[in-house]
Parts: sequence; structure tokens; C-alpha cells
Amino acid sequence: MDGTLKKDLQIFACKTRMGVVEGVYRAKAGHPGGSLSICDVLSYLYNVEMHVDPHDPKAPDRDRLVLSKGHAAPALYAALALKGFFPKEDLKTLRKTDSYLQGHPNMHKIPGVDMSTGSLGQGISAAVGMALAAKLDGANYRVYAILGDGELEEGQVWEAAMFAGNRGLDNLVAFIDNNNLQIDGSVDEVNSPNPIPEKFAAFGWNTVEIDGHDLDAIERALTLAKACKGKPTAVVMKTVKGKGVSYMENAVNWHGVAPNDEQYALAMDELQAALAKLEA
Amino acid sequence: MAEVIKCATREAYGKTLVELGEKDDRVLVLDADLAAATKTGMFKKAFPERFIDVGIAEGNLMGIAAGLASTGHIVFASSFAMFAAGRAFEQVRNSIGYTHLNVKIGATHAGISVGEDGASHQCCEDIALMRTIPGMVILNPADDIEARACVLAAAAHEGPVYMRFGRLAVPRIFDESYRFEIGKGNVLRDGKDVTIIATGLMVGEALAAAETLHSEGICARVVNMPSIKPIDRDLIVDCAKATGAIVTAEEHTVLGGLGGAVAEVVCETVPVPVLRVGVEDVFGRSGPAVELLHVYGLDAAHIAEKAKQAVAFKKNGI
Repeated sequence: MDGTLKKDLQIFACKTRMGVVEGVYRAKAGHPGGSLSICDVLSYLYNVEMHVDPHDPKAPDRDRLVLSKGHAAPALYAALALKGFFPKEDLKTLRKTDSYLQGHPNMHKIPGVDMSTGSLGQGISAAVGMALAAKLDGANYRVYAILGDGELEEGQVWEAAMFAGNRGLDNLVAFIDNNNLQIDGSVDEVNSPNPIPEKFAAFGWNTVEIDGHDLDAIERALTLAKACKGKPTAVVMKTVKGKGVSYMENAVNWHGVAPNDEQYALAMDELQAALAKLEA
Repeated sequence: MAEVIKCATREAYGKTLVELGEKDDRVLVLDADLAAATKTGMFKKAFPERFIDVGIAEGNLMGIAAGLASTGHIVFASSFAMFAAGRAFEQVRNSIGYTHLNVKIGATHAGISVGEDGASHQCCEDIALMRTIPGMVILNPADDIEARACVLAAAAHEGPVYMRFGRLAVPRIFDESYRFEIGKGNVLRDGKDVTIIATGLMVGEALAAAETLHSEGICARVVNMPSIKPIDRDLIVDCAKATGAIVTAEEHTVLGGLGGAVAEVVCETVPVPVLRVGVEDVFGRSGPAVELLHVYGLDAAHIAEKAKQAVAFKKNGI
């Protein structure tokens, strides 16, 4: 990947993280950990991979993104705001009674959101439906879904995976945010979905394992996905929950709580410093 | 005497899907391994490229239907009522109801008249479940003519619709001139003493009950209520005012279905006695459909008995 592009993508990801912290802090609620772990893939998707237009968010031929792990909405909203789908200032209204920025994605209220999600396991089925529609209609758009690793404990994920594999939906890419943590502990302690790539492969998927914070690796995975004909692709991303905010990293307790004033300041200082370094 | 035509509403569902498929290529039909029973197999035969079998996975059925609908398709998703409304309730609620997507749920084999398969498959809770979802339209046709009209109206309606069909062949009530409208009920027989508001296969029983009551000097109004949600409030209020007593009749639990919907309207407008005929908060059992309908009191005799009670309540107080 070109060095300038990579820096731009890293800056976008860093600003997305700042949007996550800002939104969750202002809302005094939300899910920072699993939002921070997907900011790099969102940066690549919205800046390089996906054909979407902030001025025409419902264009029929657009690529679609379904955030099946809907609780990572703060990251999706921050990325959409940075792309100009709605004002960045609005991120401060996350989860407020009069705000359109719902706690979990809403496709009718929020420009750029392709599917309302939040109940785990359901987004991937909708993404499969969209990918199937493209095949039936002879349309060229591609469909991306982002799932949590804990979400794989939902049986519906495997109903959808079985169908997508059998139908050979090669216009579908599912990213698994494999940060290894869920609310009650590590995924291994709770009810291990591992080994993840082997499971998807058994359901007829092309699988790629990458470092989910490595933009070059994300690019390679998506190149492989496009080259693979007749199979959907699962990109298992090894990630760090809470990535970019030192005290949230790999900490199970940062799944669904908001930072206090002091923690907010510390998180923003760290991200600001990271941004300054990237922009230097 | 003219021969009574009998046809299952699911049969009309399958036929009408084919009719729709011919007119509109946005129509897709999904099933979960029950195409022969739900009658979507007719559509599969006519338009194999627009028929999708997702296998035995009703949650995924609803999710895929939602995804397809989000791209502009009119999607019919079919299974037995037990699995469409019961097993997949939360998928219907979140992926179809909350999103208000254009998915039409064709739920067949509703109620006790599933027959021999027994309690595990006799869904008497679906209307109650679906009624709680904001924006969901619920249609429960009485015969094949009305079933066709419901399917056409559902296709023309923007947003989710739950259609309830039966397994059992039921007598035809309407003729080709019948005009159906979402949100409207219709008076099939007028009367002044009591109103029987019925839905689905209980409409025929309600008409038979009115005959019996007539011979005993009670003049019953019979209302067909195919649209459970939205419900025809104006007509219910008119019935309460005009007859002062109401009996509801449905092949569904007495909790939260047509009886609940009617009672809610009556209590808040013109409080009069409302007695409910339905399945009395019990599970079903195996047996021939017609026998079971009698066992669970889903017949003209029971409706007539309740109507007499309602008239007595009106006169003497409860």
C-alpha cells in the first residue's frame, strides 16, 4: 500500500476512535471496547473498498455494510460522519432522547446505515439476503458484514453461513472481529467459537486470517476475497478490544461502559498524541 | 341445494403467489423446507428462479427476507405459523418489524385445525405475538376468496404483513364480487340483539350460529373481521352501540387475539359485555381437525351458547 494512503487511512481510523470516545463519553453509555477494535477495517472499507456516496446514501447500486455486531455503532457513526454522511458535531448526541443516532444502528434514521441491527446474529442473515438480491438482479454491488467473535455463539450465524456457502455468494465478505472478549469473559471461557476459520471453511467459505489493525493485511484479504469465485469470504481479524486507548485495551470491563471525565481526558490525550504523530 | 365449494386458504395463497409472480417481477418467495405444505411449491414450479428455499432455519428465513426486501423486492416468507411467528418472533420483530421492510409473512397451518400433528404444531399464539409489533398488519382470511384478496392487498401494502392461513379445507363464504380492504371488517348478516365478530374459519361457524339463534328468537349480527391489525374500530363501536353485546370467535387462544383486540376497543369506547370463543389457554392435541374444533369449542354450538349468555348479561347484568 502506498505510504501516503496508509497514513491517511491511519489518520481516519484514529479520528474514528476519537469519535467513539467522544460519543460514548457524552452518552454516558455505549460500547467502546468493540467499537475501537473495528476502526481500522472501517477506515479501509469507507475510504478504499466501498462504493458509497454520502450525498446519495440509498443509491441502489451502492455497496452495503451490515454491522451485525450492532453495539459497535459508535465506530460506524464516527466513520460515516467523517465521510460526510452527517455532521461530525452530531456524534455528541449519541444515544440522546432526541437524537437520530440510536444506541444501535437504525437504517431509516441514520444516513449511510444499510440495516438496522443490534440483536446479535441477525445482521449476517440480512447481509446474505442483500448479496443474494445482487445475484438475482445481476447487480454488481458487494456486501460486507462485521460480526463479533462472541456473536458466533448465535446459531443464526451458522444458518446464514450454511446458506451463503451453499449459494456460493462470492459478493459477500464477513469480517469477524476476533478480539477474544465478550461481556462475561474471554470467548474461550464463555463458550468458545474457535477454531473460527475452520468452521467457516466447513460451511463452504473462503477464509483469511489477518491482523485486523494492519491496513496492508486488510487490503490483501479483500483482494483475495474478490479473486475468489463461487465462495463467500470470511476475514478473521485478530484484534485488540479497546485498541488505541491504553487502559481499555484487552480489558473485558470496557465492553459496555462509558469513560468518566478523567478517563475521557486521558483517552483523548492518547488519541490526540497518536494523531499528531501521524500528521507530523 | 348448491354444492358448497371447499378450499384451504393455504391453497389460495399458493395460487395467488403465482398470479402475483406473473404481474410483478419484484416478487420473491421464500420457504423453509415446507413448500409442499405451505403451497409455495406452486410458485416454485412457475418461477423457480424467484423461489428460494433456505432450509429448516426460520430465523435465517426472516433475516434473508429482510435483506432481500431492503433492495426493493417484495418478499413472501413462508412457514408454519408456529415457526414463522413463534420460533422466529424476535427476527420478525427486529429484522422486519423494526425496519418496516416489505416482507409478507405467509404463515400456514395456524390453529388447532392442524389436526393430527398435535400441540407442538398447533399455533394458537401467533395473532397475539404479531399484534405487539408496531406497524405489523395481520390478516386472517375466512375462505379462499378472501385469502386471495388478502395476498393481493398485502403485496400492494408498503411494509410488513402477517397472513394467517389454515391447513383445513373450509367452505367458501364469499363470491368473486367480494371487496377486501386492510383495516376493514364487514357485516355479513344484520341483527339487533348481539354481534358475533369472527375471523378465519370461525366466520362460517358464526353464520351457522346466527341461524340457530334466529330459530330461538335471538337476532344476531355477524361481522367478518379479517384484518386483526389494524382493526376496524368504527365497526366495533357501531356493533357495541347497535347490539349492546358482543361475542368474538377465533381459532386462537382467547388471550391477546381477536377477542383481546375487540375487548380493548369496546372497553375504551362503549363498554358492553364481550365474551370470547377461542382456545381456552390450553395446548392442543392430536386428532382429526374437525373433531378437535368441536373438542375445543370452536364451533357454531359454542358460539350460540356464548351469544345467549351475552344477551342475558346485557339484560340482567353480569
